[in-house]
Amino acid sequence: MNRRDFFHASALAATLPFAARAAAPDASAWDPELRGLGIWDVHAHVGTPGATPAKRMEALIRIADRVGVERICICMSPPWHYEPTPEQFRQSNNDVLAILKEWSSRAFGLVYLNPVHTQASRDELERCVADGPMIGIKLWVGTRCNRAELDPIVQRAAELKALILQHTWIKQRGKGNLPQESTPMELAELSARHPGVPLVCGHTGGGDWALGIRAIRERADIRADLGGGDPVYGEVEMAVRELGAQRVLYGSDVNGRSFASQIGRVLGADISVADKKLILRENLRALLLPALQRKGYKA
Amino acid sequence: MPVPAGRRSIVRKMERRPFLVSAATVAAAPLVFGTGAPDAADLIDTNVSLGDWPVRKSWVKSPADLVARLRRHGVTAAWTASFEGVLHSDLAGANARLAETCRSDGTGLLVPFGTVNPTLPDWADDVRRCHEVHRMPGLRLYPSYHGYTLDDARLARLLEAASRRGLLVQIALTLEDERSQNPALTAPALTAAPLPGLLATVPTARVQLLNATSRLLAPTNPLLTRLADLGVGVELATLEGVAGLEGLLAKVPALRIAFGSHTPYFYFEAALLKLQESALTPAQLLAVRSGHARQLLATRS
Repeated sequence: MNRRDFFHASALAATLPFAARAAAPDASAWDPELRGLGIWDVHAHVGTPGATPAKRMEALIRIADRVGVERICICMSPPWHYEPTPEQFRQSNNDVLAILKEWSSRAFGLVYLNPVHTQASRDELERCVADGPMIGIKLWVGTRCNRAELDPIVQRAAELKALILQHTWIKQRGKGNLPQESTPMELAELSARHPGVPLVCGHTGGGDWALGIRAIRERADIRADLGGGDPVYGEVEMAVRELGAQRVLYGSDVNGRSFASQIGRVLGADISVADKKLILRENLRALLLPALQRKGYKA
Repeated sequence: MPVPAGRRSIVRKMERRPFLVSAATVAAAPLVFGTGAPDAADLIDTNVSLGDWPVRKSWVKSPADLVARLRRHGVTAAWTASFEGVLHSDLAGANARLAETCRSDGTGLLVPFGTVNPTLPDWADDVRRCHEVHRMPGLRLYPSYHGYTLDDARLARLLEAASRRGLLVQIALTLEDERSQNPALTAPALTAAPLPGLLATVPTARVQLLNATSRLLAPTNPLLTRLADLGVGVELATLEGVAGLEGLLAKVPALRIAFGSHTPYFYFEAALLKLQESALTPAQLLAVRSGHARQLLATRS
């Protein structure tokens, strides 16, 4: 697959109407102004059953349509490895590339890297983002995100206008984290070294989101990804109050989570409908726009 | 109530056992089920709480606030316990306040489920009061906060007492994600593994598990299949995975999974949307919305 093929397929698909535009749900959870909004999801994994990656995506899209999700940022095709080798993250990315060949009208790809393997990660960034159809980076638990190995990757991502989504969690106040699992506090350190570069705080610390929101509050370049934790009341309200609605993003973390529990927390939040629109769609769209424009995608 | 296949032989041996069919529970039936015949519009939320969880702000400013939101979303009955039951020792007082609030402010929607802690002195009188005084149809237990597990002999005695009175027993396996609990208020997720053995000793008990862990609710979990065969109920507040309800019922069709929101700790809408995300048959949807809840409460005669 060469670069021209990628762009041809992606650009063509991007000009088509959505293959299965989200149906307007009529459940009582939906404010009338939000029905048919077309939700954009910053954080998803394609683990639905299927014979091929594209078939797995087809199954996921079928379900996304039921709850009004229009566009999905996908990354990290299974199987998952905590500290992947270059071969392992390349294989994972190959699956995402295969999906994008058929589903670029609905999916955006984030390249999975492990910065411990710095040169291999930089090469993969070139293959999948600079020369390929992906528009961002996903970093999981390969290494703590405040380490220096991330700096060249962040710098190159900024040049490419690529989104950076970094997993974070705070388990048992940090004592229960995996050895290389990052916290929002460490992401704030990375952000301080790269002012002006947008970063997405995956899960915003997870269940201890109250600490996560506080940790990123002073770093205006960091957006909060709401997804991946239990739909505990108060997270959305606190994020909007402390960060401003413009810094808050809906993410689902499917298929470990459901779309429902993660959308439901936004729909049920005691915030304005205008802020819900920002969180469910407009903030991510604005955040991705530079990368999409660079690729020639319409959005 | 039909006897689950896995327990028929046990129940047969117990046929002569005098079951106390509770006049109080029968009288409470219209309240529990709503009015009229069951239909597709019924929505029974089996997992609601009153009060504030100590480390979280609640969206519920008053019981009327809770009732209004549930009604707006089509809930026709809400099985409601009190968060006071988790940490208070005066459970008789907590249960009395719960019953009074449901009676005075519940507008027929809030159905009280009192809390009993079998490690406390004279817990049996709490069961009696829940049944005879407050006319509750069931109890809600918090073993991980009350310091016992499902293989505890005291729990078996509690189940026997509840069963004699025709009370459904809800067991909360978790309240909060273990990973994010306040260090001063931790409680491990409870394993349901001892439950089949426990039910073998109390075959007439009716049990529903609340806030089950994702591991327990995994469609391939043999323990879940075993619990389904035993007629144990669960609810969907903590059920996750994309189209999780659809996938679970495809693998474990006999599972009595009821609607449950764990609100106000969780956003109510998170549970409601799960019905939209999964493609269910009309029969499955009816069962989840209200049918399984009705089965769990059905009184043996």
